[in-house]
Amino acid sequence: MNDLHLTLQAQFPDDVLEVHNHFGDETAVVRREKIQEIAAWIKKNELFDLNVLIDLTAVDGSELKWKPRFEVVYHFYSVRKNHRLRLKVRADEKDSVPTLTGLWPIANWFEREVWDMFGIRFEGHPDLRRILLYPEFTGHPLRKDYPVNKRHPLIGPKN
Amino acid sequence: MTQAAEFKKTRTESMLLNVGPSHPAMHGIVRIITELDGENVLSSDVEIGYLHRAFEKSSEQSGYLQVMPYTDRLNYVSPLINNTGYCLAVEKLFGLDVTERAKYIRVIMCEISRITDHLTCVGASAMELGAFTAFLYMIKARDYLYKIIEDVTGARLTISYMRIGGVKGDLPAGFEGKCREALAETRKVIKECDELLTKNRIFVDRLKDTGVISKEAALGYGITGPFLRSTGVDYDVRRATPYLVYDRFDFEVPVGEHGDNYDRYLCRMDEMEQSIRIIEQALDQIPQGPVLLGTDGKVIPAEDMVDEAKMGRVEGLGFRVADFDPTLAGANKYMYPEGHVNNKRAELPPKEDTYSNIEGLMNHFKMIMDGHGIRPPKGEAYFPVEGANGELGFYIVSDGTGRPYRVRVRPPCFVIVAALPVLINGGSLADIVPTFGSVNMIGGELDR
Repeated sequence: MNDLHLTLQAQFPDDVLEVHNHFGDETAVVRREKIQEIAAWIKKNELFDLNVLIDLTAVDGSELKWKPRFEVVYHFYSVRKNHRLRLKVRADEKDSVPTLTGLWPIANWFEREVWDMFGIRFEGHPDLRRILLYPEFTGHPLRKDYPVNKRHPLIGPKN
Repeated sequence: MTQAAEFKKTRTESMLLNVGPSHPAMHGIVRIITELDGENVLSSDVEIGYLHRAFEKSSEQSGYLQVMPYTDRLNYVSPLINNTGYCLAVEKLFGLDVTERAKYIRVIMCEISRITDHLTCVGASAMELGAFTAFLYMIKARDYLYKIIEDVTGARLTISYMRIGGVKGDLPAGFEGKCREALAETRKVIKECDELLTKNRIFVDRLKDTGVISKEAALGYGITGPFLRSTGVDYDVRRATPYLVYDRFDFEVPVGEHGDNYDRYLCRMDEMEQSIRIIEQALDQIPQGPVLLGTDGKVIPAEDMVDEAKMGRVEGLGFRVADFDPTLAGANKYMYPEGHVNNKRAELPPKEDTYSNIEGLMNHFKMIMDGHGIRPPKGEAYFPVEGANGELGFYIVSDGTGRPYRVRVRPPCFVIVAALPVLINGGSLADIVPTFGSVNMIGGELDR
């Protein structure tokens, strides 16, 4: 355990809203507007050196009455230091989260997937299209209020 | 005007060409939209999602145990690794540590899966480059391993073998001998294919210096697994954060240098040898003992457990999770001499029990029916394992009920396919085939 989350909190006392260490996964919830700055900092910082964005996803907390509704979850890994850190930002339907595409190119696809599945917008994303679903699809299926059995019309080419 | 002069006057413009969605050289359904200048790829865009089956949404609808068959269908070439990854993530939520024997069984099955995956990948990309013989040889070797998998799990592809708290059943009689035999055969095939391919002029010319990616770009794209190791980064989850019992084995992590298709091919070939070494060591070390465990982490020998209802203590029975002796020294005890252990709150009873005695049936019912089932504590956990293509991670959010609140798979080939434009832009159209072969795209896990 490196207590990276505590170090991060000490470094950004105003921007880290919450930290926890459930099941050994060090986690920090940070202010949405600051995610780019903090991500850039942990990527550069000698101690953190988190140079790989392993995963980026979101959780819809509407059934758990979360306010705001969504959490965007980032998993980082450091190849050299061999440690991990999870960052989270909270966002509502109307909010948009700053993109990390400039720091890690893979954020492009991950953020497209989150947009596709949850309908969370990423500010500054160069190409925010649906990725797994087709462009005509309506709704965002991983939201909790999206009905599981909903059917969509078959979309074919228009002749 | 001469013909040459006329030719010079020809207007040139780039051409858009669709590779896929359904194309013999695409290992699944994926569409690459390429902009071509003659034979050179100027730019490209990858379109995925053709195999999207809503794995994550479906998982939220079912109990923790029912997710297991869905995980088989993620990477269908190495389903055992997906099973293991999911189980380890849920066990992390529970704080469970499975029995030694189960750990060894998991390692053995995972490594067998890794070999089948690499055999398929290398074989198929060799076939696409014209080396059909190598493909047939490798598929032959894969079949030896599938036979072993079938022996143990009862199925070849959709195996659902792992259970939360252990594995479905113990290894069958005579497993070790059969496994060693199959490994020896596989080794022979790998050697044969190595002789056929590694120094083959045609094969090497197609692979060398094509699909090159730098170390920095690979890390930027979050690429892991043999793909990353071919660029010279020594990152293997089994080595970096050993899970199960990987820290007890002596194995090497093959690392490449240039990050081209040829290095990826070599990495995969070497990794198969290392996987065989791990299995052989695991077979030497594997202890006897039970293969399943209760949520409190205690192994309870079947004989020590007494069925309270049979002793007349029926008060409060309706409110309790059935927890009793699965065997009751019943007729089917011989089927699982190692004893499947009891706390019935976490793992399914053996199938023999479900079908043959009322307690087993009740227990099965309690585990499977909606609103009962296993309930991990609230929280979230991420667990990475080394899949055949790279880091396979499961991120599970639990709200304390019987259903996972959110299951997220971190698919290893998603990130590689995202980097595909970097690999193919600037190359020639023909190079897409070997590059895409080495990406080893698996539709099931890419699109989920």
